[in-house]
Parts: sequence; structure tokens; C-alpha cells
Amino acid sequence: MPEELTSLENPAEQPNEGMLIRRVREGERDLFCELIRPYERRVFAAAFAILRNEADAEDVAQEAMLKAFKHIGQFRGESRFSTWLIQITVNEARMRRRKEHAEIMEPIADREDQEGNYTPRDFADWREIPLETLERKEVRQKLAEALASLGEKYREVFVLRDTQHLSIEETAKALGISTASVKTRLLRARLMLRDLLAPGFGGSWSSSSLSFAKGVKPW
Amino acid sequence: MVVNCEQVWREISNYLEGEVDPGLRAAMDEHFQGCKRCVAVLDGMRNVIQLYGDERMVEVPLGFSHRLHRRLEENMAPARRTFLGWMVATAAAVLVAGSFELARSSVFGHPELRSEHAQPAAGVPPDLMVIVAADGKTFHVAGCPFIHDKTRLRTIAAQEAMREGYAPCVRCMKKYLSA
Repeated sequence: MPEELTSLENPAEQPNEGMLIRRVREGERDLFCELIRPYERRVFAAAFAILRNEADAEDVAQEAMLKAFKHIGQFRGESRFSTWLIQITVNEARMRRRKEHAEIMEPIADREDQEGNYTPRDFADWREIPLETLERKEVRQKLAEALASLGEKYREVFVLRDTQHLSIEETAKALGISTASVKTRLLRARLMLRDLLAPGFGGSWSSSSLSFAKGVKPW
Repeated sequence: MVVNCEQVWREISNYLEGEVDPGLRAAMDEHFQGCKRCVAVLDGMRNVIQLYGDERMVEVPLGFSHRLHRRLEENMAPARRTFLGWMVATAAAVLVAGSFELARSSVFGHPELRSEHAQPAAGVPPDLMVIVAADGKTFHVAGCPFIHDKTRLRTIAAQEAMREGYAPCVRCMKKYLSA
């Protein structure tokens, strides 16, 4: 029977991180580069999840790192350093989005307000876990497209929890929402992604070619 | 407790998070025994989490790290000068006092460094090709993220760079610092 999915822990924080933080605060500014190096990719990914544009995400990631550098004196060590960085990034990305895309049309899913009432549409069997298919660029592309098609509030929660491996509480804090909202949005995001992806993995993707069989959703 | 498909779907994400109470968990396990559709949803959701949680899903644009560090460096530098401002003043006083010594050393082939804070080089192979920037104070290996002013770069021999007063970069030339 299905076992409980063990919570995916964050990749190990740097062993000497506390020491690095202290030395940066005491004036060894050059060490900041070393301090943030393990989190560069994650900061970019968080910005990208919100902005969906590489150039904007890169700029926001840089801004966020600069802000973290400027305010490192305010980091109290109550949360993990990585969580603090991601929180700053989320704030920066949201500010950028508000400024530049105030008029943008949100995907339909965002206008529906029935959190938690999503019904799975596709029951294709998807037992295999084809992790090795991630080596294929087309597969990563399809996954990225599926994620990008989610409404913003679902995408944000899903990315922080399931790609950044923040806990439910950390995700709630980073986004300024309740843990109950995180859970309902997470449920919906995961169900929607499963519906979007299951036909591909269950059917044509299991073969070596990626051509879609007739009737299979090409998204 | 007996649960139907709708109830299972509502809690399926919490189930994977380990956030359902034991009674509900047992009821859901019972349901999964006889419901292929819900097992398909559960398996699929677990796969979604695993796939997106994979490190390979995070792709950053080419050169992202390099550009990030360059921007950090650009923005950290002025502050660093402020931080070291008082040290510059102190160093200036020391330099005045020690000017005779310095002048003498120049005569013996150790030119004054472009930066009073830089450490002189020791044991750099004289013909090692290095990069210097017109307004920079240090020399680097090609591709070092700490190269300033990338539009006015020259590639010269280390010997030449040192003659012009460039000091080794504290990052990429660390092993040649005399201190």
C-alpha cells in the first residue's frame, strides 16, 4: 500500500554558514559571495516561478541578493538562511510583478475561487517514476510549461513547497498566507499538474520517443 | 470510518505530507485497497512531487552566477571603501612616514603598488599571462569574476603587470600573495 512520502529535506545547509554570516556582519564583505553561492539557483528559481520571465527573474535574483547583503544585520537566525533569502526574493519578485504587470490577464484557474474542490479529470495509470526522463530536455520543457500554466497562487505555493522544499509553515510565512491556504493550494496545484502530466507519462512518454499518441493531451 | 473518492481527493495531498490523523489515514489506506482511480491519483501526485523536486528541474541562464557576482562586487565595493575609509587615512599617514623606505624599494625594482591595501605578489611566474583592467589595481586569471571594467582589459605577462604596479587578485591569485 502507498507509503507516506517522507518530507524532502532541504539540501544540507553549509556547515560553516553561521560562521560566514557572522564574519560578513563583522565586515568581511567579500565572504558574502561564498555565503550565497549554494543558494543562487534556488533564488533564481523562486523569482522565475513568480515572474515567468528569465530576464526579470535574473534581475530580481540579483536585487534580492543585494538586499540580503544590505540587511544581513537583520537576519536573526530564527529561520534558515536559505528561507530568509527566498522570502526576500518572493517579496522582490512580487513587487516587480505589481509594478510591471498590473494589467496582465491571469490564467483562468486564478479567477476560480473554489480552492480544494478540484476534481481529478484523468485517471491514467502512472506507476512508473521516470526520473531518468529528466535527462531529456523536452521532458523538462513539458514540466516547466505545465507549471507555468498554473494560476499564480497555486504556482507560488507549489514551487516553494515542492521545488524549493520549504516546509508548509515556511511557505506560509514567505507568502504571507495561512498554513491552511498553503495546504489547499498545494492540493490543487498537485492535482492539476498530475492531470496535465499523467497522460504523457502514462502513455506515449513511456516509450523512448516523445511523439504524442493520437488523443493524448499535448497541452 | 469509511471515506469516498471525493473525500480521498480532498485529503490526498495532506496524506502525502503525513498530515492526516491516524483514523483518516487508516480509512484512506482501506479505500486505496479497492479503488484503482484513487491509487492512480496518489501515484501520479507522488510522481509530480518527485519530478519537480529534482535538482535538474532548476535551470539557470548561462552566465547567471558570473553576472550575479559581478553585480554584487560592483555594489559591495563602494561600501567597502567607506568601511576602510579610516584605514586609508591611517595608511596615508604611515605612507608619509615610510615614504623614504618606499622610494628606496622602488629603486630596487619593486614599484609602488596601485593600491596601498594590496598585497605584493610573491613567486608569480613572470611569463604567466594575466588580465588587467585600465582602472584596476589587481591582475587576474582570465574569467575571474572580480575583474572590474570589462571593456578596457589587456592581457599581459605577470612580470609586466607587476612592473605597472598591479597586485595579485585576492581571489584568483590567492596562492601568489606574499602575506
